Amino acid sequence: MSSSAGSGSLARYILVRIILVIPMMLILLTVVFLLLRVAPGDPVSASVGGRLPPAILAQKRAALGLDQPLYQQYLEYLGHVVRFNFGTTISDNQPVLSVIRDKGGATLTLTVGAFLIALVLGLPLGRLAGRYRDSGADAVIRIFGIVTYAAPIFWVGVLLVAFVAAHFPSWPTYGIASAQTTFVVPTHTHILIVDSIIANYWSGVFDILKHCVLPCITLGLLITGVIIRLVRVNVIQALKGDYVEAARARGVPEGRVVRKHAFRNALVPVITVIGLQVALTLSGAVLTETTFNWPGVGTALVNYLNERDYTAVQGLVTFFAVVVVIVSLLVDILNALVDPRVRY
Amino acid sequence: MTELRDVGAPVIEGPVLEARDFRVWYATDRGPVRAVDGVSFSLRRGEILGLVGESGCGKSTLGRGLIGLLPDGSSRDGELEFEGRDMLALPGREQRALRGSDLGMIFQEPLTRLNPLMRISGHFEETLRIHRPELSKEEVEQQALAILRLMGIPPTRYHAYPHEFSGGMRQRLMIALALVLRPAFVVADEPTTALDVLVEAQIIRILHDLRTEFETALLLITHNLGIIAEACDRVAVMYAGEIVEIGDAKAVFSHPKHPYTRELLRSTISLSTTGLNYIDGAPPDLVEPPSGCHFHPRCPDAMQICAARHPVDRDHGDGHRAACWATDLAEGLTLDESDRAPLEREEIAVADEA
Ligand SMILES: Nc1ncnc2c1ncn2[C@@H]1O[C@H](COP(=O)(O)OP(=O)(O)OP(=O)(O)O)[C@@H](O)[C@H]1O
Ligand code: SF4
Ligand SMILES: [Mg+2]
Repeated sequence: MSSSAGSGSLARYILVRIILVIPMMLILLTVVFLLLRVAPGDPVSASVGGRLPPAILAQKRAALGLDQPLYQQYLEYLGHVVRFNFGTTISDNQPVLSVIRDKGGATLTLTVGAFLIALVLGLPLGRLAGRYRDSGADAVIRIFGIVTYAAPIFWVGVLLVAFVAAHFPSWPTYGIASAQTTFVVPTHTHILIVDSIIANYWSGVFDILKHCVLPCITLGLLITGVIIRLVRVNVIQALKGDYVEAARARGVPEGRVVRKHAFRNALVPVITVIGLQVALTLSGAVLTETTFNWPGVGTALVNYLNERDYTAVQGLVTFFAVVVVIVSLLVDILNALVDPRVRY
Repeated sequence: MTELRDVGAPVIEGPVLEARDFRVWYATDRGPVRAVDGVSFSLRRGEILGLVGESGCGKSTLGRGLIGLLPDGSSRDGELEFEGRDMLALPGREQRALRGSDLGMIFQEPLTRLNPLMRISGHFEETLRIHRPELSKEEVEQQALAILRLMGIPPTRYHAYPHEFSGGMRQRLMIALALVLRPAFVVADEPTTALDVLVEAQIIRILHDLRTEFETALLLITHNLGIIAEACDRVAVMYAGEIVEIGDAKAVFSHPKHPYTRELLRSTISLSTTGLNYIDGAPPDLVEPPSGCHFHPRCPDAMQICAARHPVDRDHGDGHRAACWATDLAEGLTLDESDRAPLEREEIAVADEA
């Protein structure tokens, strides 16, 4: 029957999509590799030069394989990534993977929170603007979308902090939790809020949520702007659709036309593009973390950049690339589940 | 199919639909486009009226205007009566409630008219639930399957998605959706233009058989005069927003009263189903249509009076109506010598500029 044929092709679609991860990954890794090589200077002397005698520097270079030809370094790099080895930092001699494990939870908390805020704000506002196109509400929402998208993150962050500090002086404006929470909660998952829940330490959960508000709003507003514009354009497009007019011809009330026909169908391209915004979100997360002193991967990346610790930077950027590829895979699968036509 | 029949429906005498001096405008930057410019006709229960005319003459606008499916920025005027109701005075919400249950529309492009994310069952459930909220889920499915069977769609496909059907099947799905509540009036806007010839014949047969099964009055818009001859009781010929001739399909085709109809028939003697741009010249601009008879700049029979005065819509017997000075003259109307003088090419050009 047709429905079983449909799920069969869904499985095939997902398989093909997973295989496609390989070339995508390869391209991204190559870009990361090459970008870090064009940076002038030798990473080892840039990072720890002057502090160590030349003989040890040469030894370190050899240990990192920097004395080998470029293609060999490249192959070695790929080989390591395949085995999930992102290298060891030069400056503080830590496996990059453990940096990610220790800091990733905070970044995850921040990005998930930001995405939730962006969806809660962006979807209804974009839909409203699209449905009542060129109305006053549309104009206001569009300006809001453009401003939130175009405003520099640190500027929004600083404004928020200034506002909150003036009106609610006791509200936390930096860090992920108060020292007490961090101290009390035992580590299980490396995601502080989850660990706090596991420990049944609810005042800690509440404390973390309070800390989340400002950074999540800051990063969330950036994504909100993107979502508003996307949803608006796609709702307008969908409302012009032939099947929307056909629904009206069958007497479907306008509210339902917008909800069941225009909005739902508009979400299909929106899902795809939101998936593409992961890179934007991650770069936004880096800026948000530094603005709010958030102990995540982004803050670590900036610190290593200042240290000119090139293996650390390469490892973290590689990790970000892997995340981007995996999320885009998940988004495509989600898309196929939502839209039966994609499966072909 | 007796379970589909609306038992309590009152028997309404007289026409199902009646339009008098019906007009539709589109507001544009250049001024109003008079896409339907004073059209009068009526439809009996179960009757099929064909509507032909060149591209852009206002056929779709008329069809949509009749069921109130016009875009923002357009307006309707004149009189439009449906089953005794004054449609132009009816609040938007009540008009909406009539669409889908009493008024239906079948479109040209069946491929894009079904929501790709919605199963066929979803389309039927939505339509039936909106108009008949009292129906149970089983009754909804029963009614949907009954009409699908009638259209030759097997019940096993009820839960399939639109993209799993061919173009011809999708058009039959659209017809089933439009007819599931047995509307009294349906507009079919070039329902077969996008389909191949074999499928076309099949769809036309289905539409033709509607009257026996459903007593639905149908306005069938088409470019294909063969379809009119085959499926329609009457035919209306439209030019520049007006119905220039209307009558029994056989009578109109064998003895056309209007020069435009005559030219149209001559231009499609071949069995071509494509566009109709074979008549000399192009259809006029509907923002500023020509003075007098809209057809005079292209009419081989045009006289002086044609550029000056709009011809009168006259009944030539048996409801065969046409609006043409030359026909009136041939049937005994007396016109002044100066009015009767043929319109020269130069004068046509001048009149066109005026
Ligand atoms: N939304 C609109 N706004 C402005 N003008 C319009 C609009 N829709 C149609 N028109 C104009 O109204 C006139 C009639 O259009 P309509 O689509 O009714 O013609 P038609 O006879 O159905 O043509 P076709 O055979 O190509 O389908 C045309 O001149 C067209 O340009
Ligand atoms: S009224 Fe005159 S111009 Fe118009 S169709 Fe008749 S003869 Fe031709
Ligand atoms: Mg049309």
